[in-house]
Amino acid sequence: MPDTKRDIVSRLQKDILQWEGYRPPPDGTRDLMGLGPVEAAFPNGIFPLGAVHELVCGNTEQATASGGFITGLLSVLMQNGGVCVWIGLSGNLFPSALKAFGVEPDKVIFINLLKDKDVLWAMEESLKCAGLAAVIGELREIDFKQSRRLQLAVEQSRVTGFILRNHSNKIGSTACVARWKIKPLPSEQPDGLPGLGFPRWQVELLRVRNGQPGSWIIEWCDGKFIPMVEPAVKQQELMVG
Amino acid sequence: MQKRFMVIWFRHLATDWLTLKRPELKEVPLVFTAPERNRIIITATNPLAEALGVYRGMAAADAKAITANLQVLNHLPGKEAKLLRQLGLWCIRYTPLVAVDLPDGLILDISGCAHLWGSEREYLKEIVLKLRTQGYDARAAIADTIGAAWAVARFGKLTPIIKSGMQAEALLPLPPVALRLEPVILEKLQKLGFRTIKSFMHIPRSVLRRRFGEDFLLRLAQALGLEEEVITPLIPPVPYAERLPCLEPIRTVKGIEIAITQLLEGLCARLQAEGKGVRKAVLKCYRVDGKMVQAGISTNRGSHSVSHLFKLFELQISKIEPALGIELFLLEASKVEDIDVLQEKLWTGKPGLQDSTLAELLDRVAGKVGAHTIRRYLPAEHYWPERSIRPAISLSETPATLWRIDRPRPLRLLRRPERVEVMALLPDYPPKIFTYKGRRHIVEKADGPERIEREWWLEKGEHRDYYAVEDSEGQRYWLFRSGHYDAEPEWYLHGFFA
Repeated sequence: MPDTKRDIVSRLQKDILQWEGYRPPPDGTRDLMGLGPVEAAFPNGIFPLGAVHELVCGNTEQATASGGFITGLLSVLMQNGGVCVWIGLSGNLFPSALKAFGVEPDKVIFINLLKDKDVLWAMEESLKCAGLAAVIGELREIDFKQSRRLQLAVEQSRVTGFILRNHSNKIGSTACVARWKIKPLPSEQPDGLPGLGFPRWQVELLRVRNGQPGSWIIEWCDGKFIPMVEPAVKQQELMVG
Repeated sequence: MQKRFMVIWFRHLATDWLTLKRPELKEVPLVFTAPERNRIIITATNPLAEALGVYRGMAAADAKAITANLQVLNHLPGKEAKLLRQLGLWCIRYTPLVAVDLPDGLILDISGCAHLWGSEREYLKEIVLKLRTQGYDARAAIADTIGAAWAVARFGKLTPIIKSGMQAEALLPLPPVALRLEPVILEKLQKLGFRTIKSFMHIPRSVLRRRFGEDFLLRLAQALGLEEEVITPLIPPVPYAERLPCLEPIRTVKGIEIAITQLLEGLCARLQAEGKGVRKAVLKCYRVDGKMVQAGISTNRGSHSVSHLFKLFELQISKIEPALGIELFLLEASKVEDIDVLQEKLWTGKPGLQDSTLAELLDRVAGKVGAHTIRRYLPAEHYWPERSIRPAISLSETPATLWRIDRPRPLRLLRRPERVEVMALLPDYPPKIFTYKGRRHIVEKADGPERIEREWWLEKGEHRDYYAVEDSEGQRYWLFRSGHYDAEPEWYLHGFFA
């Protein structure tokens, strides 16, 4: 009776997911963000909205790549005239560039703060505001308790939050639904033409609740994410190169 | 509603002030003098000097002849006006409409205020006693008209409170000088033997006009309430304001919160009825020690929601220092705007910049960390990167031009370009190697140059040649060379691509 056992286990898993608040897509929608294999790593195979995602970055280059990745996601989240709030410590985000990632720059409200404490406060307040499409907070340190507060805020409002952790010293556990690491990768021009190609990133899911961590190569091209095939091969090439 | 006025008369305003400043002068006859037509005339006296027979308008030499130890000081021009202004501002806690009556009085419009202190008698007692404990010899009277109150405050002997409609009876026994008349007319009345108002009150108006002029009749009519008299308040009244006097001084956060809620409920009910919303509001707290503390809020869109406005004030409560206690709260909506209630309903819950919850969120953030931290950008018609965006003025402003996407622009732009050491193979070639913050980057791919000229009509300087480069690790940067390629080309890093 291995089949029935597996059935029971899978049914129980589904039940547990539902109790934890992951609802299966009502009409079977998949690939909400156009991330392809990345989304398959999440429970139910759907990118969790109404949750807080955490992106860790080691330097400004990685923070910029993470910003680009988030902006690509925002273009989907803000599709029907939504507004997002970008709370930053640096305040060096250049609005003109957002348009290239499919986001209307005048629909983004920037809040430039100096202290982590203020960012957390502003982020919690913003996440409680159901009228927003997404909230992005750039900060250095966040502990479990603070991330739990943010998680509780989004559970009410169903707003999607992104925490961009730049130059943080210690990465402890948080209540976030997923932990990402985005690194820039060398771009490629088709047919070996000189010059820069489309932005390409190494997208790593370091931790994901009830899902499968993994690593993929994603390119932003023509207003959408293009998952690159054969990540393993590319990776090897990278190592060699 | 029947108007009620209170007039306060400071008998020794200037000398009281000096005695407060220099207590040793309390026991000395004291006068202020000013030169007038080549004579030194006394302009103000203190009670001691008055008791010795020195009066205002007397020559200083005569006064000195009467009393040997007379302290004579120079009159300070404008001092009375300043003092009265200060005292008037202090009186705002009793009524919002206070006017200065030079040279030695205050006029208070107390219509609808006195009952908050129990009765007019209590109200008057409170003000006069407080002024006297402050050190000012004050006399006050309440009547239907300014003229009557003025007369009774200065010359009344029976009661300081003239009941509504009784001003004519109260004026009858008073001398004509109580009617605020010109000295010429007073002299004429004196010569004709009119010692009291009673003696000429019933003479036909035409006769009085012929002898004493229109001005005299106007003053009489004003005192009797037949003619309207207007005052210029010290602080122009704010049309949307709420007052909350407290019986006991408030010192706790909870107390302040209750006060704010009560004030907001009153204000918002009124605003809602008129279809208006608050854009700016100030909460003024008058303390027992005579000081005033205030906290202000502002909103992005007009609001008459008690809960929202209360949240904004809640963030400010820590800035209100109650000290010994707050005895009066005053909430003024200094800026209101029309809001469409129907539209308000339509917008709730709809994502977008017009969403009311967004406006409320931004109000809270602005209240806590300052409005300067919140920015929204619109495209500006400039190629120069730093000038290609401009902050939006309001939430409803839409871009006048399109956002450009034909040129690559970095996702992060440094506020100030940072110097980098660059090696290029040939002049006008993109960099081959550059060093930024001590790290060497070997450039693998590059695009450019994109020349951006400086806008000479705005500022002087070199043009920039921008290159988008990618190093061997795949990190992408925006570099530029300032000016032409000469012996010492200056290279800068200006941004990071995603």
